[in-house]
Amino acid sequence: MSTIVEKILAKSSGKNSVTAGEFVLSNVDVVFAHDGTALLAVESMQEIGIERVFDPSKVVFFIDHASPSPSPQISNIHSAMRKFAKKHGIRLYDVGSGICHQVLPEEGCVKPGSVIVGADSHTVTHGAFNAFATGVGSTDAAIAMSTGKLWFMVPESVKITVEGKFKDMVMSKDLVLHVLGEVKADGLTYKSVEYHGSCIDGMSVDSRMTIANMAVEMGAKCCPMELNSATEKWLKGRVSDFKEVKADKDASYVDELYVDASKLEPLVAAPSNVDNVKSVREVEGVEVDQVFIGSCTNGRIEDIKVAVKILGDRHVKARCIVIPASRRIYYEALNAGYIDKLVRAGCIVGFPTCGPCIGAHMGLLGDGEVAVSTSNRNFVGRMGSSSSKIYLASPATAAASALEGKIVDPRKYGEGR
Amino acid sequence: MKISGKCVKLGDHINTDLIISGKYKYRTQDIRELAKYVFEDLDPKLKDRLYGGSIIVAQKNFGCGSSREQAPRVLKAAGVNAVIAESFARIFFRNAVNVGLPVIVSDKEFIMSVKEDETLSVDLSLGKVYALGSGLEASIKPYPEFMLKIIEAGGIAEYFKAFKRFPWENI
Repeated sequence: MSTIVEKILAKSSGKNSVTAGEFVLSNVDVVFAHDGTALLAVESMQEIGIERVFDPSKVVFFIDHASPSPSPQISNIHSAMRKFAKKHGIRLYDVGSGICHQVLPEEGCVKPGSVIVGADSHTVTHGAFNAFATGVGSTDAAIAMSTGKLWFMVPESVKITVEGKFKDMVMSKDLVLHVLGEVKADGLTYKSVEYHGSCIDGMSVDSRMTIANMAVEMGAKCCPMELNSATEKWLKGRVSDFKEVKADKDASYVDELYVDASKLEPLVAAPSNVDNVKSVREVEGVEVDQVFIGSCTNGRIEDIKVAVKILGDRHVKARCIVIPASRRIYYEALNAGYIDKLVRAGCIVGFPTCGPCIGAHMGLLGDGEVAVSTSNRNFVGRMGSSSSKIYLASPATAAASALEGKIVDPRKYGEGR
Repeated sequence: MKISGKCVKLGDHINTDLIISGKYKYRTQDIRELAKYVFEDLDPKLKDRLYGGSIIVAQKNFGCGSSREQAPRVLKAAGVNAVIAESFARIFFRNAVNVGLPVIVSDKEFIMSVKEDETLSVDLSLGKVYALGSGLEASIKPYPEFMLKIIEAGGIAEYFKAFKRFPWENI
């Protein structure tokens, strides 16, 4: 009868069952904020007048957005976060640790079936681990941090079934861009989106996180996925004592979508809306000034690996910034020899951080410049000048485009070519 | 509760990066300082029209994108008394309620028909919005009771200060 989100929210609010549209007061298992939102949350606590942390083991801060600090003002924000974390005994992942959405699960903070609230819209990423994870603002984060509870409206659920296998050089980013093009930027507003099907069951953790990450670009509240064997393996040694929450066979969905993965081709979200989705073929040849491979969407080892494979022994024509999403991924890339290859190919390899994705630092675009980015938003001015243009794409499309200095279909560099 | 202001019309998908760009968000914590850059990438002159009491009338998916609570706070500081739209992105909607910026869902026909700069008046208790220049009126989507209490108090901090509890304890 129930969807994944209905089951998780029923348990977390102490009820036998809940249905879409109902308001619940839910317990929160993890609350986190970063340097773009944490200090405002602290100020909200002060404004409300309850400056306490309900459980220090369940509150986490990250310094990842403008990190290391590009200005004295931001350094002051970082200092205030460190001071608060020390005072209340909460964990803080400092400069260089990586992006919150990567580090949180790596550190074993994301349990299947749990309720995770982050002061960042891409908190939906943790749905890849079967959590109810949703983004909130700083005041909601403050309330969750101080009381351990937050109200939610139980969302309606939409089921997306993906069957089949991707063709070479087609990645999960292309799948999520395809869905975005179908449902549009407000198509899943307030909804919980559940991905099912053989393609999702056979997918790596890295690829699943990309899909869950971009659910918010369709307006979704959360993207809880059932576990698959890759995710179960990944979680071993990181979390224990959990119970996966599966949807009932007769769960009620307000809408369903079917995707044949084998029919997908490389896609982009062209400037300047996330749902302006086109095939790479349609925009091939557009000249590119900068390529960014990184972010909570596509800064993982699988993404770096495919870029390295495409680059080979060649040299990039567009400036290409590669940023591993966490220190662990950086290590892994280092040990696999990928960093060496990227540097030889002329890429700029950064330390783990959000980088230019949020327009704070590290490669902002000038007037009229064009970027291909593996991140999640191509809004006007997102990565710099308001006249710059961003094409969102997979790491494969990004790497191929970096090589030629123009948008290129990565299948040109695939198997059998 | 009644709210009024000059109508400022905007389109679909007004995202939080357009409301306040990330490049400013990290520079300062001072909302009044940030308000100087409101809608800069959309139209740098828009801020002058918001000043002194305005009501933004937008179309679909207002406030999509980042979770930055600076967005509704900046709108309030820039002189916006309320936002009326066909639909809102969910994080922005919650944030606006929490900081005491009334966010009102109304119908498309009203939104498309109201005129720039005419005075709008919203009666939250009656659930109506009026365009005083063109004489139009429309219903607004009702709030759950606890949410209306937060808006009427001027935000969650004000509510908590007044009642020493949160309004959702019995939902």
